[in-house]
Amino acid sequence: MATISALPTPAAAPAPIPFRQVLPWAAFGIVLAVVLLYFVGAEQGITSVISGETVHEFVHDGRHLLGFPCH
Amino acid sequence: MLSARTLLVRGMLVGAAAGVAAFLFAYLFGESPINDAIAFEEAHAAPLPPGEHEHELVSRTVQSTVGLATASIVYGIALGGVFGIAVALTVGRFGKVSARATAGLVALAGFVGVALVPFLKYPANPPATGNPDTLQQRTGLYFLMAVIGVAVVIGTAVVGRSLRPRLGTWNAATVAIVGAAVVVGAAVALLPAVNEVPDGFSPVLLWQFRLASLGTQAVTWATLGLLFGYLTERSLRTSTAVTAQPVAA
Repeated sequence: MATISALPTPAAAPAPIPFRQVLPWAAFGIVLAVVLLYFVGAEQGITSVISGETVHEFVHDGRHLLGFPCH
Repeated sequence: MLSARTLLVRGMLVGAAAGVAAFLFAYLFGESPINDAIAFEEAHAAPLPPGEHEHELVSRTVQSTVGLATASIVYGIALGGVFGIAVALTVGRFGKVSARATAGLVALAGFVGVALVPFLKYPANPPATGNPDTLQQRTGLYFLMAVIGVAVVIGTAVVGRSLRPRLGTWNAATVAIVGAAVVVGAAVALLPAVNEVPDGFSPVLLWQFRLASLGTQAVTWATLGLLFGYLTERSLRTSTAVTAQPVAA
């Protein structure tokens, strides 16, 4: 950091984050998202991890309104 | 300095807030069409044998409040995390675009890829408009369309970025977006159609439900983009202010 004037202003584009730093967090975030979206959008539809209909019925309205195919 | 970890955590927290906003919108605008559709379903269902009555696992009250809120918030957290990662990958890589503007553009791209493109071919359906026997096929086609939507959005960004040095920002963006529209149009034209809306189902009700569904997703993505952008700009300003006064500190 040489001079104060070299500091970025908030409106300027920030420096890119190196891909190697993003990668592990991307893997973690995507795996977590897939699991969460599965339970909201598809569990007890054509596949079931938990038997019965309770999860499906509990998120029923959300599943319809978020656009997932539902019964 | 931005870090991927901060952006992922921020994305998930903002996603929870987006889920609350989506729940409020869905509750106010989506529940009435759902209830009307269920009333249609019950009026046209085969009568139950005498002495039996329908066993309700989860009451309509729970479905329309706690259930809907849970679904919206979990959906928001999931999308918010991926959104935060997408911002981490794009920020600083598309010319002189601020972190806040990047968040807004990524949210717009997310809405188009995750919500709008699947909606164009397989729009949301209210209760009473789907045949349970075709659920497997419909689920597969819906997720295929969502994958196409996300792939097209990423492809548009990559192509636009690579054309920019030669064509300039506006021309590169135009070429990339026209290409994306052609791909989406081809998918819409080639994938099999699904229409299981029964005769006699109110077209006005169908329209209201689908509009409420699209609105719920628009609220989710708008909250993600705007709130995430605001918080990121604020945190950058704070960290800049701190590093700008090393002597005083």
